[in-house]
Amino acid sequence: MSSHASNVDPKTAELWDKSHYQHDVISTRTFGYFMYLLSDGMLFATLFAAYGVLSYQHSYFGGPTPADFVKPWYTFAQTMALFLSVLTYGLGMNALKHKNKSGVINGLLAAFVLGALFLALDIHDMTHLASLGITVATSGGMSAFIILTQVHATHIFFGLIWILVMMAQVLTKGFTTDVVGRLLTLRMFWHLQAIIWVFVYVFVYLWGYMS
Amino acid sequence: MLVDLAGGWNPMLGRLAWSQIPYDNPILAPLFVAVVIGAILVLGLITYYGKWTYLWKEWLTTVDHKKLGVMYILIGLVMLFRGFIDGLMIRTQQAWAVGSHSSGVFGALHGYLTPFHFGQVYSAHGVIMILLAATPLLVGFMNIIVPIQIGARDMAYPYLNALGLWLTAAAGALIMISLFVGDFAHNGWFGYAPIFELQYSPGVGVDYWIWTMELVALGTTLGGINILATIIKMRAPGMTWGRLPIFVWATLSANVIALTSFPALQVALALVAADRYLGAHFFTAGLGGNLMLYTNLFWIWGHPEVYFVILPAFGMMSEIFPTFSEKPLFGYITMVLASMAIAGVSWLVWLHHFFTMGAGPYVNSAFSVATMLVGIPTGVKVFNWAFTMYRGRLTFNAAMLWAIGALFLLLIGGLTGMMLAVPAINYMVHNSVFVVAHFHSMLLVIVYAIFASVIYWFPKVFGFKVDEFWAKTMFWLFSAGTALVFVPMYMLGFMGMTRRLDYVFNTVWHPYLLVMEFGIAVYMLSVLAFFALLYVSIRDHAKNQVGADAWGTSRSLEWLTHSPVPFYNFAVLPHISARDEVAWRRDNGIDHVQPDHYEDIHMPNNTGVAIILGGLTFVLGFALVWRIWWLCAFSLLAIIALVIYRSFKGDPGYIITAAELEEMEKEAIRREAQVGKQRHQAGGGVLGEAIAYERSDLPPLASRPSSSVGLDHRS
Repeated sequence: MSSHASNVDPKTAELWDKSHYQHDVISTRTFGYFMYLLSDGMLFATLFAAYGVLSYQHSYFGGPTPADFVKPWYTFAQTMALFLSVLTYGLGMNALKHKNKSGVINGLLAAFVLGALFLALDIHDMTHLASLGITVATSGGMSAFIILTQVHATHIFFGLIWILVMMAQVLTKGFTTDVVGRLLTLRMFWHLQAIIWVFVYVFVYLWGYMS
Repeated sequence: MLVDLAGGWNPMLGRLAWSQIPYDNPILAPLFVAVVIGAILVLGLITYYGKWTYLWKEWLTTVDHKKLGVMYILIGLVMLFRGFIDGLMIRTQQAWAVGSHSSGVFGALHGYLTPFHFGQVYSAHGVIMILLAATPLLVGFMNIIVPIQIGARDMAYPYLNALGLWLTAAAGALIMISLFVGDFAHNGWFGYAPIFELQYSPGVGVDYWIWTMELVALGTTLGGINILATIIKMRAPGMTWGRLPIFVWATLSANVIALTSFPALQVALALVAADRYLGAHFFTAGLGGNLMLYTNLFWIWGHPEVYFVILPAFGMMSEIFPTFSEKPLFGYITMVLASMAIAGVSWLVWLHHFFTMGAGPYVNSAFSVATMLVGIPTGVKVFNWAFTMYRGRLTFNAAMLWAIGALFLLLIGGLTGMMLAVPAINYMVHNSVFVVAHFHSMLLVIVYAIFASVIYWFPKVFGFKVDEFWAKTMFWLFSAGTALVFVPMYMLGFMGMTRRLDYVFNTVWHPYLLVMEFGIAVYMLSVLAFFALLYVSIRDHAKNQVGADAWGTSRSLEWLTHSPVPFYNFAVLPHISARDEVAWRRDNGIDHVQPDHYEDIHMPNNTGVAIILGGLTFVLGFALVWRIWWLCAFSLLAIIALVIYRSFKGDPGYIITAAELEEMEKEAIRREAQVGKQRHQAGGGVLGEAIAYERSDLPPLASRPSSSVGLDHRS
């Protein structure tokens, strides 16, 4: 029966599953979420492409460029806040392995506070730009700069809401399959946003500062 | 922060005003009355027959992948009809408004559509046909067939599946409401910078276009994730990669494209929205914007998208040819590799949509060669289908006719595509109706494959076959329409007629345009034949009942379970031993062996959250179009709150006990036995009235192992 690409003997073949085959719920969910993050990565890749096209001298139309207002140490503080947030989240996940509820809560709380610090610094930065009269309407280059950084900040904002929701769920529901799966997916999300931030910091802020 | 608007705006209703309702339009106003009467009639009938509870419990809140798939296909068919009417309007305008002496009515100088209205019609035609007809139809089939073909009980994420459907429905509702409230975009389905900027398109048409496409993109991305996870994680034991049915492979390659490319569309349109709402300068003509950035971003999605819609169509053809050739698919592995190769190359060819951008000979040559590369895996597929049919025992029933029609159209569309891949030719015919005829040939491949699949998989979903006579009548009418519309269109393209003309200045083209108008009338007859097909098939459904293996020559796993498929798909998950599992079981006489005992199974509960989220997303889209900020904030907050609510509530699912399962299975098996007996008495045989001829070198039809042979099989 080569045409069926089978070398199983039909006389003895097992036709119906007897092994109580179960799909792994957490692995299916984290895998699906990983694919969502791939699409999120594509979203940022497209934004970076747009930023690349719109960061020539003429894109700023004679107006302000990132070199005029970017302060590398300020953005470095943001970087540290976000990275430490990811680290404390990771410590919380370490506590999850030991089913340590207060450890998880503390990790999430620290991650939330540091993430909120990151977001507060970002908002302060944006209001500062607005006070200088720099908005998305200033030039094509500034549109690309602000939209790219603020799409990232929006991701952080929703991540913070999600952290709060997960703290509530850990407290009310404990470590059920649903909650553990969500803690793992949130960890992937949070980590990806930090990775994206590396690119934002290097290619938007530092490169913009130096050009 | 927000841009200043030229027209009126108030905090309560945004830009919405009575003047935005086209009650004085001689085409839209009667249509609106007809739609309202139709809606009252449908809602009244549902109320009269007391079907609201049934509708809510069984359909609107369902998470069953088959029902969701059926609803996807219904949305797709409705939108296909709407898109067809748009096409009919375009053809009629072009057949009418020819030469300076042509008459004009309804405020148009020539023909019956003003240029602005004509622009909306062809823009809506494109958006609808690609994103709201072809895409939902194909996603519907993937939804129904893929889980059954891999031996799963449902998709990986049933709730997400429902959400994807209702997002698509919200997008469809948004584009439909643009008919009666405001305008639609007039910038073509893919849009041009800077015509879609607020400065040049101050109305709401472009906003409708943006948010409709954003909603479809979101729904399709989520659906793509779901289907990929289903294929990778939910396969039945023994369903190795090498045994995966070919439609599943095609779906896999298509959804890899969907997952990776749709974010690019979302960004491209979001940046247009940033320009129009926030006054950004991404694609403006001045202040550092870049017009061609938009075109590049759009087609970076746009070209993978056309392969996203054609690959599942190829997969459907790859299922239908073997079944009605009674042979396994020729070149399974090359078919898989070809699908993956097409998915990969799809990312490298976007620039051939605008060779005339002036990127220079080196860039154009690179994209030209990349485009021609697509011909290699596609050619492999065509030859594989031809060799599948070669020396097969062919059955020319309606499904097979549609599939063969798709093959011919692929040949025409593919060869003209190769012509267009040459920049020197492309410069000559760029923006001509030759290009339009080319991509209609390709998209008709999809339409043919979809109608083939409707006929082919209909018995699996509903338990009875459609009427052969009307299916074939529809096929021949549709094919005549295709020839009459698109052969003259190719010729006009060579004569230099450009696309999207609301007024045709050259009277030499008139005869061709009249032939095309006649062709669209023949298409209209095929639409009527489709309605007749549905009516007759449902009327005669008792006569056309089928068992599990509806065609008697089916090959892949979906034909192992009962027809119609029970909501749990398989009472006991099958253990897969061969590539064409059903053909293998049938050839070895073990296809009627049923599981000897049942276990409890766990199923997800229905949920109303998905449809409410879809409704809120529609409200959000509508509020964004009309800039009603309080409604935007309200619907967005409601969406977030509902998502969090659902996350807290969770879904424990429910258990079907082994005893219940055994009862349902007994009933299904009894029904199937009865169907088999009826068919036997009618003397139709497994092939029914279809034409089949005997071949001396193959075992005769009568001596093939009958279903009773292997019943003593013990595993």
